This record gives sequence, structure tokens and C-alpha cells, in this order.
Amino acid sequence: MSSHPAHTEDHAEEHEGMTKKRIWNVFYILLAITAVEFFIALYLVPHQVMTYHVANPIYIVLTLLKAFFIVGYFMHLKFEKAGLIIAIIVPVLFIIGLILVLTNESHHWIDLRL
Amino acid sequence: MSTAVSQIDEVKTTPWAGGTSPFSVEYGKIMMWFFLLSDAFTFSSLLIAYGALRFSSAAWPAPDLIFQSVPGLIEHGAPLVFVGLMTFILIMSSVTMVLAVEAGHRGAKKEVVWWMIGTIIGGFMFLGCQALEWSHLHSEGFWWGSIPKMEELKALFHGNPSDQTMITYGHQFANLFFTITGFHGFHVFSGVVINIIITINVLKGTYEKRGSYLMVEKIGLYWHFVDLVWVFVFTFFYLV
Repeated sequence: MSSHPAHTEDHAEEHEGMTKKRIWNVFYILLAITAVEFFIALYLVPHQVMTYHVANPIYIVLTLLKAFFIVGYFMHLKFEKAGLIIAIIVPVLFIIGLILVLTNESHHWIDLRL
Repeated sequence: MSTAVSQIDEVKTTPWAGGTSPFSVEYGKIMMWFFLLSDAFTFSSLLIAYGALRFSSAAWPAPDLIFQSVPGLIEHGAPLVFVGLMTFILIMSSVTMVLAVEAGHRGAKKEVVWWMIGTIIGGFMFLGCQALEWSHLHSEGFWWGSIPKMEELKALFHGNPSDQTMITYGHQFANLFFTITGFHGFHVFSGVVINIIITINVLKGTYEKRGSYLMVEKIGLYWHFVDLVWVFVFTFFYLV
């Protein structure tokens, strides 16, 4: 009894994720984010509205946002079972550890090189 | 004697009770996901190594000075225009791929074929652009282990770093650029080859007989991943 309605609900969810309209919406979002990145790189930074210290974190946030839309909608992960989402996302979080270790390490390399 | 089943003997129907995949995803698709996860680690290692070397550098070739030409059209003064085109092509081919998957869900064979062909064309266009980009940098003197002559190299740095600094970090830039974009380009090339194989199978009606276009979904996952990696390569080589 409990499994049947759940199944049809899943199916509706799947279709929700696959409509043509939504595909194009995601495309426009990706295009808009890229346009913002270009605007920062080609206008705001050269005209000294923004320094690269401010621009770089913005690029990274926008890139992660694009990654969310590609993985979530194009790769359909947002509509998969929670178990699969966790199995894919949690290992990726370990990469953050490697980033922290190596950026920290690279600051020591500067001292070694001088 | 009671015929009521004790609680422990009741058949469970939860996703993790066994008997069926708790992810409710076909086996091959799970394998594709985990392959992509391992590939994500490979690309992360390359990009993090790049980041660490660049963080610890005294000076680095400036992206707006290196990437300011559109090969064959504009020699100088068009920073990021060509890579913008490449990014657009790859995102566009991701869209055609997802439209092929959508058509596969409806079992519309003809539409799948057309969107797959669109994706393949997008892939070839991207590879062509990358070949132009590589040959342009190569003609300037960049390659694995080689950099332009000193006078030309000076024009690629902001500020006034010492000659030795420019030589050291120019080399690091060249090696990392060709290795990372080359590894990504190799992924795009493999993707195009697999896309062609899948398209031939669609045309032969293999998936129609099978009753599902799941293979299109699996290669779709791979293709989107390649697009995803480019988003990161683009940010860290061309913007930052």
C-alpha cells in the first residue's frame, strides 16, 4: 500500500525534471551566470570598480552555482533518491579537505623559495 | 496458536530492506556515476595542484594578456572572447544532449538521433576551437617545457617580475595549461567517439528493441560531466 503512491509520485517528479521548458530555463541561467562572469572580467576589473581580491571569490561562487545547475538538472541528480545524492555528494566534500591542505602548504612553499 | 506474524518476521518494504536497488537506478547508471566520481577526483587533483603552484608563485602569466586573440581573426585586444565562444559551444552541446535524453524518455527515435548529431557537432566544434587555441599558444612559443622568448614573455606578465621569475612560472603555466586542458580535451574526444557509437546504435534500433534509451542517459551523464569540468577549467585558467 505504501509503495504504490510513492512510485507514481517519483514518476511525476522525474517528468518535472525533464520538460523541454525546464531544460531551456537551466540553459538561460547558465548563460546569464557566464555573462556576469564576463562582465566582471572585462568591465568591472579593468575599470577598477572591483579588485581581483573581490572578483576571484565571486568567480568561485558563480562557478559552484553553475556546477549545481549542471549536476542537479542536466545530470538529473536533484531528482534521484536521497541515497544516491548522498553517495555522490559526500565523497566530493573530501576534495575541500585537499584544497585546504594544499593552499595552506603552498603558503609555506613561498618561504622555501625565497 | 496465533497466526499473526511477529513483528520481526514481517516483510519490510523500505528502500533499504533488500531485494531491490535502494537507489532505484539501473546498474550501469550507478556505475557511470561512480566512474564520474573518480574522474572528479582526478580533475580535482590536477586543478588543486595548479592552484597550489600558482598560490606559491612570485608572478604568474596574466590570463587577460595571454588569451587575448581570436585565432585567425583578431590578434590582440580581445581577451576572453574566444574562450567565451568555446564555453558557449560546450554548454549548448550539453543542452542538445539533455534534449536527446528527453526525447529518449518519449521513445522518439528520430528526435534522439537529431539531438545526438547536434551534440556531436558541438563536440567537434569545441575540439576544433581547442586545436586553434593550442596551435596559437604553440606558435607563440608555449609547449610542454618551453616558453616564448624573453621579449615576448615580458608582455604576458603584469608588473615587473625578474627574468628568472618569469622563466620559472612561465614554464609552470605552460606545463599545467597543456596538461589540464589536454586531459579535458581527451575527455571531450572520448565523449564524441562514444556519442557517435551510441548514435549508430540508435539508428540501428538497438535501444528501440531494448525498450529504453538508458544508454543515451548514461553517455549524457558523461557528457555533462565534461561540460562541468570545463566550467572549472574556464574559471581557474581564464578568469582568476
